[in-house]
Amino acid sequence: MTASLIGIFVVAVFIENYVLNQILGLCPFIGVSNKIDSALGMGLAVTFVMVMAGVVCWSVQTFLLVPLQLEYLQTISFILVIAALVQFVEMVIRKTAPALYQALGVFLPLITTNCAVLGVALLNVKKNYGLLESAVNSFGGGTGFLFALIIMAGIRERLDISDLPDAMKGSPVAFVTAGLLATAFMGFSGLV
Amino acid sequence: MQMDELTKGIWKENPIFVISLGCCPTLAVSSSLTNGLGMGIAVTFTLICSNLFISLIRNITPGKIRIPVYIVVIATFVTMVDKFIAAFSPALSASLGIFIPLIVVNCIILGRAEAFACKNGPLASVLDAIGMGIGFTLALLCLAFFRELLGEGTLFGFPIPVFHADPALIMIMAPGGFVVFGLLIALKRFLEAKGATK
Repeated sequence: MTASLIGIFVVAVFIENYVLNQILGLCPFIGVSNKIDSALGMGLAVTFVMVMAGVVCWSVQTFLLVPLQLEYLQTISFILVIAALVQFVEMVIRKTAPALYQALGVFLPLITTNCAVLGVALLNVKKNYGLLESAVNSFGGGTGFLFALIIMAGIRERLDISDLPDAMKGSPVAFVTAGLLATAFMGFSGLV
Repeated sequence: MQMDELTKGIWKENPIFVISLGCCPTLAVSSSLTNGLGMGIAVTFTLICSNLFISLIRNITPGKIRIPVYIVVIATFVTMVDKFIAAFSPALSASLGIFIPLIVVNCIILGRAEAFACKNGPLASVLDAIGMGIGFTLALLCLAFFRELLGEGTLFGFPIPVFHADPALIMIMAPGGFVVFGLLIALKRFLEAKGATK
């Protein structure tokens, strides 16, 4: 049991990395990877919401949609759950941990439209994971996102001061860099 | 004037290449022309329906809850598209996988609702949606053309001589998508800079 959970975690972080392998959540990946500080904030906020969303969406699917035979409402209910959850998390953090809110605040609303969060929730259901497996997979997905974002931010801080052709500046070179990073991550595919 | 709403999405304000909105599905499904075209049509349809509907209810939607309203409208049309594709083309449905439900969080659709449909009439909104949809589809096909040709040596599944002999498989995987996309944005910027100096 524990071994299979560790397996799910390793696969989610390295092999099926949501950003570099499954190509989900690119908007924040390209948008917020300019500085390591903001990358860290965004990555932590996404990991947090992803675990919550994974667990809540799994419960909605198992206890609500399947018994009532309303599976076709999956997309619409999941996105509403995520949107509500993000609002709720934002309010709780603001009340209980003002310092954390200062650090994460601006990133929280952006997470609703992060397709990695909805993607994780949908994949948990698709892969028939149980509650614990869903939570671990979501946590692994978030960690992988954080990991990729920080590596990317580290590289981009260097890229800013390098001499590039005008047409390549900004997002084009970021995408090419992401391509090289994804190639490196393909090396993990033999791990499990 | 009305034509302008239609054509701006295709080159000048192309959603993918200029503002890099909705790039996740773009990269994930552009590994073959068939997938790219299917995704392009699905997004265009959702965009037209949601833009039209949101434009029609723009005067009765309270400003404070407009984003949740848009999301519910978009999710409804996406569910329709999802079920339609699953019923009529199971193969396409299988290869696009979770990227069909993920159209809900495609920033292009929410972006057009917020930036255009909530301020303009139904006709202009539909034209805007058609233009943006075509721009999205063309960008997807452009990306898919290079990736399928180099990665599998085929176009729409038909083998192309020379390229078919020894395809570079990496082009249809994630890294190829990132690199081709980066280079295409750079190419568009280069062409525009060249056009401006003339």
